Amino acid sequence: MTGLLLRRLGGLALTLLAVSALIFAVMNVLPGDAAAIMLGTSASEDTLAALRAELGLDRPLVLRYAAWIASAATGDFGRSYTYGVPVSELIGERLAVTLPLALFAVILSVLIAVPLGVGAASRRGGALDRFATVFAQMSVAMPAFWVAILLIILFSTGWGIFPAGGFPGWQAGGLAALKSLVLPSLALALPQAGVLTRVTRAAVLDVTGEDFVRTARAKGLPRRVALWRHVLPNASVPIVTVLGLQFTFLVAGAVLIENVFNLPGLGRLAYQALTQRDIVVMQAVVMLLSGLVIVVNFLVDLAQMRLDPRLRALA
Amino acid sequence: MRILAGLARGAVFSAMLAVSAALTASPSMADPRRDLVLGMGIEPTGLDPTIAAPVAIGQVTWQNVFEGLVTIGRDGKVQPQLAESWEISPDGLTYTFRLRHGVKFHDGEAFDADVAKASIERARGAQSTNPQKRFFDAIASIDAPDAATLVLHLSRPAGSLLYWLGWPSSVIVSPKTADANKTDPVGTGPFLFSRWVKGDRVELKRNPDYWDKAANIRLDTVTFRFIPDPQAQSAALVSGDVDAFPEFGAPELMSSFTENERLTTEIGNTELKVVAGMNNARKPFSDKRVREALMHALDRATIIDGAWSALGTPIGSHYTPNDRAYKDLTGIYPYDPDKAKALLKEAGYENGLSFTIKVPQMSYATRTAEIMQVMFAEVGVTLSIEPTEFPAKWVQDVFTSRDYDMTIVAHAEPMDIDIYARDPYYFNYRNPAFDAVMAKVEATTDTAGQDRLYAEAQEILARDVPALFLFVMPKLGVHDRKLHGLWKDEPIPSNVLSEVYWAE
Repeated sequence: MTGLLLRRLGGLALTLLAVSALIFAVMNVLPGDAAAIMLGTSASEDTLAALRAELGLDRPLVLRYAAWIASAATGDFGRSYTYGVPVSELIGERLAVTLPLALFAVILSVLIAVPLGVGAASRRGGALDRFATVFAQMSVAMPAFWVAILLIILFSTGWGIFPAGGFPGWQAGGLAALKSLVLPSLALALPQAGVLTRVTRAAVLDVTGEDFVRTARAKGLPRRVALWRHVLPNASVPIVTVLGLQFTFLVAGAVLIENVFNLPGLGRLAYQALTQRDIVVMQAVVMLLSGLVIVVNFLVDLAQMRLDPRLRALA
Repeated sequence: MRILAGLARGAVFSAMLAVSAALTASPSMADPRRDLVLGMGIEPTGLDPTIAAPVAIGQVTWQNVFEGLVTIGRDGKVQPQLAESWEISPDGLTYTFRLRHGVKFHDGEAFDADVAKASIERARGAQSTNPQKRFFDAIASIDAPDAATLVLHLSRPAGSLLYWLGWPSSVIVSPKTADANKTDPVGTGPFLFSRWVKGDRVELKRNPDYWDKAANIRLDTVTFRFIPDPQAQSAALVSGDVDAFPEFGAPELMSSFTENERLTTEIGNTELKVVAGMNNARKPFSDKRVREALMHALDRATIIDGAWSALGTPIGSHYTPNDRAYKDLTGIYPYDPDKAKALLKEAGYENGLSFTIKVPQMSYATRTAEIMQVMFAEVGVTLSIEPTEFPAKWVQDVFTSRDYDMTIVAHAEPMDIDIYARDPYYFNYRNPAFDAVMAKVEATTDTAGQDRLYAEAQEILARDVPALFLFVMPKLGVHDRKLHGLWKDEPIPSNVLSEVYWAE
């Protein structure tokens, strides 16, 4: 197991390095010059040259990549062209919004989908099953940003329970900050919950039909116990796989949702950096997001091995 | 989507009415408020107007945190500030400023002639990244003979120098703190920088040691909040989260505030000239008859109705009603499709003409381009619209490479009619007669003489149409009725707060 882990970690590092080269190349061939954007339309050529030199944009691409990787390895991602502060500081502030947002969304979607999916599967064709099917289809069909607008109309402008947007900051008190994340995470969670409900329902039904479950039931094991002891552990492998995939969608979806709710998160930062061609920030944000996705996939693999002894044996 | 937005708006309003009713129902007998939350659509990129061009930087810091030797007033005219008076030698080559005593920077550092000299040297030096470094081109050397006297020696007369010294990019910074101003601005103004929550807000507080004892600063704290989405701007205003939006983002939502008891709207002028620039070096735009025909093909009033909810002022030249010696020249080539067709025929395009317009994603630009497309079609001109990401791709394609037929953009810089005399500039326009007038403006130091020249310059452009002059964007102010002192017009992009106060 340790050898396997080390091999997988080595693979992870190589993937990240390849991704970093790709990101760097793409960001630097994008049309647009950060210096020209910052200095506007009246700047003279020598002023632009002075700023490019100050930002290090006059050095060859390969050297810039090497310098970027070298300092990134020590945790220094450079200084934002536009904000003038270290990128790591900027990203840290934004992660304090986006990570809780994505995390709440994952938790919410699991809390909605797993009980609903299991319930639907255990009483197939019943009222709950029919509701689960309608819920899953509707929530998959509705894009998150649209759900967001509906939630705002209902919960903030209508009933005034939650704020319509903005983020007071964690220093303004946990409760106020949490309140402003409720609607955005719900908007993110609902479409994901739909997918997850269907996957859970199908996985539970699949396993319930297996011979070993029938045998367990035939031996006199009550339905509930069979479900908890035999069905759920086996059904959890596809559920965890889909959850891992969904995390990627959640991070991407957060970009849109943060704009709808005016949240100063990573998505907003990425968008702003892109329009200003703040390459240093863009590189770091995209790298972080890709890193997050790669690491989450890695963790999902590990979790599956934990859940399924056969996978462990294969490895 | 439109229906949905309408629904959302309706719901927002009923909720807001309830909220405002609740607010007005409990009248406070306390003193007027001394805090202000002011909304802006764009977050500044850094807080130092002397190293980057975005107008949002000046809209937070200019006159609030930073001040200049001179300033520009509500009427667009130059006023003394850190310099209490000045003298210009008869040959226009020596500017002698008398500086104020007792001015201190926010860090306690004293302002004097040496500081002023260092500040201007920084802006014009070899390492300078000042976006308007050209302002200081004419300065040959700077002297500080005593603490209260600053002398600028010019190599040639520079008639606009005094006006330029009032700009955000010319503010006086202390050499000790200059390098950190981008994140921690230190100036001489009535407000101190206190905090910047990036992506959300900048907070300022009153400067207790402000030098101008005659100034009656009636705000203790000011929060600039950055809300890009117009629907969110509207929600923030109606809910009272934001007290004022001096440049509200969506003209089509302005009428929604008229019913609101707590808010009021005020429509003024900006310096944002929306013009459809043409590549004058390229066929067919090198033919003046074609440019004239295209101008005749456009009905400015309809464009303003369709693109900007009938808010905005038509212009006939690259000049706004805010600017000194403004002339309404929209009558030179009025809307006349028949004349347009005749001119196109004369130029050899009786069988039609087609070209591409590179359009930034901003709503004023896309909407205007779509209306232009229809109007051009009426005179046999086929316009293809090519969306072009602003600023990055637009700057690269249009501004730097000048690889375009036509484009459309709002020019934000005040009094920038001289761009048509710059070479290179994206219009690729060359007119020695116009260049001569612009040169004369710089060689003239008396105001009346300059005004005559500006009038002449406007007229040359209006007749030669190097760009299609469309309209000036309105300043859409929305604010609490009890709030007073904000500028109605914007002769220079700014949010000057020194005269803002709450009535009881």
